[in-house]
Amino acid sequence: MSATLYKGYEMVIGLEVHCELRTKTKIFCSCPTDFGAEPNTQCCPVCMGLPGTLPVLNRKVVDYAVKAGLATNCTIANYSKQDRKNYFYPDLPKAYQISQYDLPLCEHGWLDIEVDGGADGESVSKRIGITRIHIEEDAGKLVHDAEKGTLIDCNRCGVPLIEIVSEPDIRSSAEAVAYVRKLRSILLYTGVSDCRMQEGSLRCDVNLSVRKAGETAFGTRTEMKNINSFTFIQRAIDFEYKRQVDALENGETITQETRRFDPNTGKTACMRKKEDANDYRYFPDPDLPPIRLSDEVIGALRAEIPVLPDERKKQYMQRYGLTAYDAEQLTSSRELADYFESCAAKTDYPKLLANLFLAEIFRLLPPEFGADDLRADPAHLASVAQLMGDGTVNSGTAKKLACEVWKDDIDPVSAVAERGLAQMNDPAVITEWVKQALEESPKLVADYRAGKTKAASALIGRAMAKSQGKANPVLLGQIAMELLQEE
Amino acid sequence: MEKKQILGLSVAELSKYLTSRELSAVEVTDVFLRHLREKEEEIGAFLTVCGEQAADAAAALDKRRADGETLPPLAGVPMALKDNLCTKGILTTCASQMLRGFVPPYDATVWEKLREQGTVLLGKLNMDEFAMGSSNENSSFHPTRNPRDPSRVPGGSSGGSAAAVAAREVPFALGSDTGGSIRQPASFCGVVGMKPTYGRVSRYGLVAFASSLDQIGPLTSDVRDNAIVLGAIAGKDPRDATCVSLPVPDYTAELEKGVEGLVIGVPKQFFGEGLAPAVKDAVERAAKTLEELGAKLKELSLSAVDYALPAYYVLSSAEASSNLSRFDGVRYGYRAENYDDITDLYSASRSEGFGSEVKRRIMIGTFALSAGYYDAYYKKALQVRTLIRRELEQALETCDVILSPVSPTTAYRLGEKIADPLQMYLGDVYTVPANIAGLPALSLPCGEDGDGLPIGMQLLGRAFDESTLYRVGYAFEQTGKERK
Repeated sequence: MSATLYKGYEMVIGLEVHCELRTKTKIFCSCPTDFGAEPNTQCCPVCMGLPGTLPVLNRKVVDYAVKAGLATNCTIANYSKQDRKNYFYPDLPKAYQISQYDLPLCEHGWLDIEVDGGADGESVSKRIGITRIHIEEDAGKLVHDAEKGTLIDCNRCGVPLIEIVSEPDIRSSAEAVAYVRKLRSILLYTGVSDCRMQEGSLRCDVNLSVRKAGETAFGTRTEMKNINSFTFIQRAIDFEYKRQVDALENGETITQETRRFDPNTGKTACMRKKEDANDYRYFPDPDLPPIRLSDEVIGALRAEIPVLPDERKKQYMQRYGLTAYDAEQLTSSRELADYFESCAAKTDYPKLLANLFLAEIFRLLPPEFGADDLRADPAHLASVAQLMGDGTVNSGTAKKLACEVWKDDIDPVSAVAERGLAQMNDPAVITEWVKQALEESPKLVADYRAGKTKAASALIGRAMAKSQGKANPVLLGQIAMELLQEE
Repeated sequence: MEKKQILGLSVAELSKYLTSRELSAVEVTDVFLRHLREKEEEIGAFLTVCGEQAADAAAALDKRRADGETLPPLAGVPMALKDNLCTKGILTTCASQMLRGFVPPYDATVWEKLREQGTVLLGKLNMDEFAMGSSNENSSFHPTRNPRDPSRVPGGSSGGSAAAVAAREVPFALGSDTGGSIRQPASFCGVVGMKPTYGRVSRYGLVAFASSLDQIGPLTSDVRDNAIVLGAIAGKDPRDATCVSLPVPDYTAELEKGVEGLVIGVPKQFFGEGLAPAVKDAVERAAKTLEELGAKLKELSLSAVDYALPAYYVLSSAEASSNLSRFDGVRYGYRAENYDDITDLYSASRSEGFGSEVKRRIMIGTFALSAGYYDAYYKKALQVRTLIRRELEQALETCDVILSPVSPTTAYRLGEKIADPLQMYLGDVYTVPANIAGLPALSLPCGEDGDGLPIGMQLLGRAFDESTLYRVGYAFEQTGKERK
């Protein structure tokens, strides 16, 4: 995944991920946090910041944030406090956001991602530092209506957020995506958020600068705010990287600014220069006492953390003989991993099953799936791997069957019997199919004999088509090569 | 009972006659409402009078009593609230154009408690805009006059509360105190005012001026009434995270214990330069009186309190600049008529909606929190705050209460100081240490000056030890020397 350098520059990326916590009620009042309700039906005087109201911290928010911190190897503060971040905006009813400034709940964490660059195309593990995780309240939403003008929906005001700030350890868009995926996976495992990027419950700010490869000083960075899909993260980074490099190569200087990524054009554009940036005048919120956490409380929260993706990944590598990269994919979601394991328990060929998941099932899953999307009977998927492993069907048939199981939950054993999908292992029959293919494609045969070895795979494909995909591919390949070399 | 007699009754007496049904709530409410309407032309203590609601509430209470229900002791006692305390369905303006017409959809906790106690709300009281000021002249509606001399200010910012009690428009009122806003008007008007320990009374529903300093407290005619009312409003509130869960004692229980054996600290720094001779005399005489009653006097030297005033103005203004940011003309309150864009809407609405003192504090506070100045101002003020708190706590290990004047002068004339904000700020010098340290302080009358204007003394005590302050105040009050 380490990117090829553009004009000799490398990019340096730090990410700020905002994640809505899955608490039942808001951070400072008892309004519900459900997404998608009618505007202004989930708010009260407190989250609307009416004069005289006071915030009272929801302890669940602290618990969840501490769990997120523990799951990402952070040190948890025994003493932290909440601060006001002051700025005017119509979606911010108090004109300040309650956040944490200099004493966050969690600090000095890290997580590992799988990146390209190992021997033989294998991945290697890379550690990305997590500077801090702090709690804060979300703002409301502005709704622009053609007739009524700009309207304010306060439902989101006071929904609890954690902000997870990474170290500037990321060097490519692929690493950035891998980092957010891993973070999302850990947060989902820990159960602190549903991390739905489309609903905005997970959003990402990208800080990016470039420098000549080998330099150690950082360049001037720009920030791209509120990117809410993996694709957009990757596109925004790739565009901004080249833009900065080209600007420097043209003798321009990069100015520190906030930029907006436009998914329609694929470009980033300046929103706000640094000089126009707010002075947030942070100071400790006098309405909220400091947060004190004893080691006992932190220990109790640690005990509630489930087996995390990295541990499961190691188990998969050992138990199923998977590569680190494949194991990482399979364990990225707790629901998916649970599901995979219930399938794997029913077959003697879990590695084949894993390959079917990676090659076929992953393509069929929506980008953000939940347990509801994992509906096919695990026994059916397991029997596809079983049929393939014991040689009843070949890999091509197995892939097709796996897709059918996924979509319609068919029983693969009866499908093989009813539709005659069993693999053909008889050399005589296979030889007949190969001969037919060679006879019908004299040009390919001539090409092969003239030294174009690639023609062989085309001929093998045609022979396989003759078998309607049922031939044992290994046998078919051997026979085809023998016949081609004989004549 | 005669109308005049009813008006002269204390909260304790009203409670007794209402409970025994010698007086009806309707009768009492009616008498006070009539008297209030007569006095208001001159005094101007009220911003809103809720006569109809009060009469209805009183009638409902009488009916419940007639039906044989036992009501809480304060049921039927009329009162009024400073207009920065939110009252559901009733205007709450903070005496600001910014909140002209604002009707909160919820009640402040103190009003909820007093309503459950059956007190009858007669209206909302005038104040300096957003509680910023010491004379009530910063009300953007009208000034309040001192009932003891209508050419003079009632003090502030709870000037309406003090004046209403002094003029017997209500038997008691609630005010709020950020740097002396209950105690100083109490002293100017000759009534009793308590600033409780920070965290003793819930601030939920008090429109915040400076959240770490604000406390709500009672203004009453005498010490016993004050103790009764504090008992009714104090206590834990799950809606205020800064409110503590300590049990609320019966504040009247120790009133008659006397001062024998108590040590009264007298800090020499509080009797120096800038103190009017009449005030100095009266407070020193009060110290003597307490000594005669059996208390021991102990001279104290408090050096950190010299910095209390600058620290107070930095901290309170910094918090205010943030607390008052929500008044932006977008969702409620005043909005400018003409503006170009959202930034302009903010600045026009705030420029037009706030008065000059409020704008001055917002500017000071914004400056003190700005990048590059935070350390020199806000952070330093926080450090000073720690020093002052420590010094007062240490002093209170050697004595039970600290005696001082409330204000350097007696009530001044309307217009006399309004042009000089710094002079006005200096008037808070004796009261701000209690807020800075979060300690309770009682202001009660201790004499009069040559013009017959009341002088107040302040008793500052240990955290959550309001009982001792009431005990000392009551002992002094019983000598009758407050009227001299």
